[in-house]
Amino acid sequence: MSEQSSTIRDLVIVGSGPAGYTAAVYAARAGLAPVVVAGSVTAGGALMNTTEVENFPGFPAGIQGPDLMEAMREQAEKFGAEVVWDDATQLQLDGPVKTVVTGGGETYLARAVILATGSAYRELGLPDEKRLSGRGVSWCATCDGFFFRDQELLVVGGGDSAVEEATFLTRFASKVTLVHRRGELRASKIMAERAASDPKIAFAWNSEVVAIHGTEKVTSVTLRDTVTGAERDVAAGGIFVAIGHVPRTELVRGQVDLDANGYIEVIGRSTATTLAGVFACGDAVDHTYRQAITAAGSGCSAALDAQHYLAGLLDEVVDPEPPTETLVPAS
Amino acid sequence: MIVEVTDSSFDEVVLASSRPVVVDYRAQWCLPCRLVEPVLAELDEELAGRARFVQVDCDLNPGLVARFGILTMPTIQLWRDGELAGVVFGARPKGALREEILTALL
Repeated sequence: MSEQSSTIRDLVIVGSGPAGYTAAVYAARAGLAPVVVAGSVTAGGALMNTTEVENFPGFPAGIQGPDLMEAMREQAEKFGAEVVWDDATQLQLDGPVKTVVTGGGETYLARAVILATGSAYRELGLPDEKRLSGRGVSWCATCDGFFFRDQELLVVGGGDSAVEEATFLTRFASKVTLVHRRGELRASKIMAERAASDPKIAFAWNSEVVAIHGTEKVTSVTLRDTVTGAERDVAAGGIFVAIGHVPRTELVRGQVDLDANGYIEVIGRSTATTLAGVFACGDAVDHTYRQAITAAGSGCSAALDAQHYLAGLLDEVVDPEPPTETLVPAS
Repeated sequence: MIVEVTDSSFDEVVLASSRPVVVDYRAQWCLPCRLVEPVLAELDEELAGRARFVQVDCDLNPGLVARFGILTMPTIQLWRDGELAGVVFGARPKGALREEILTALL
């Protein structure tokens, strides 16, 4: 047995977005010396693929997503969190001692686990989507738009991120058609107006994508009218999918309760899952707000809940008061 | 060490290589590319010379982008004896990348 496998820790945090790192800051500051299984390429979470974050309080000039996550990691490590740059591949969550196994083969044992595994892009679920992904089917306009100069593109979705993708793609594309299942956008008014007044953006209302065509790369898609059922083929060099997210909870399915959409169920206003000693926060729980700041807030709650749980286990008196904001006076 | 290859050096460095070559198509401004770069550097070290790791800056090498029809970043090509043995699209976890590389190349 390696040293890792023989040590029983207080807390392992799985995930390292704003939720995971905030939980780590609080837990580390409370002396729990948490291990954060950050992910090999997903470390930092969704904000690692976000350029300018303009609405995170405390940064009036905005901050780049990766810079914000780097700062959170540094803050967590400063208080004694140990960040592991590997993926959790196996979790065993019931019983008083939980096990987290990583892709590199390390095993971590802990009395409490915080799940902050976030979410992934939702796929259309079409047979040719996987085959043509990287060959014209994309989830990242800022990464891939560059390759589609002077082409006609489709963006699927009707929310803010779909409109953002479409607007970004007009820098390269000759024409961008927003494909939406309904007759009007779900996006905020300001975004919808921006799209409507953009001469390069067209709309395919009441339409859904039912097939993607192309051998080497995407050449066209089949759209179905959601009202009449009529189908038509539309030429497209690329199709950008922005239809929301799905929680990354496959690892815990069958262990903690998930709702019908796969989000982790928590008890009341707490972060407690249906298993004792297992807490959940961030986008893996939240299908409503999905903001960096709400994820961070729920990460804080998860750390406090875990702390109380562990204190109970140790048969100590739990102080329900939240910790003071500052222990070190400014010099 | 991961070296840069270009439109003009690709054939010599990649196609004529006696060792398998992992080619990472990236750009300085591509955020997912930044996530996968340290992972490739680690795998480079782990494989200790059994494969060669190189990268292509898509901004500076339109010839390679057009030649291979690159449409997403990162795109990771796996070359063996001048033949394309596999392609990985997007930032994938380290274990998955290792598996793809080992299966295709070694």
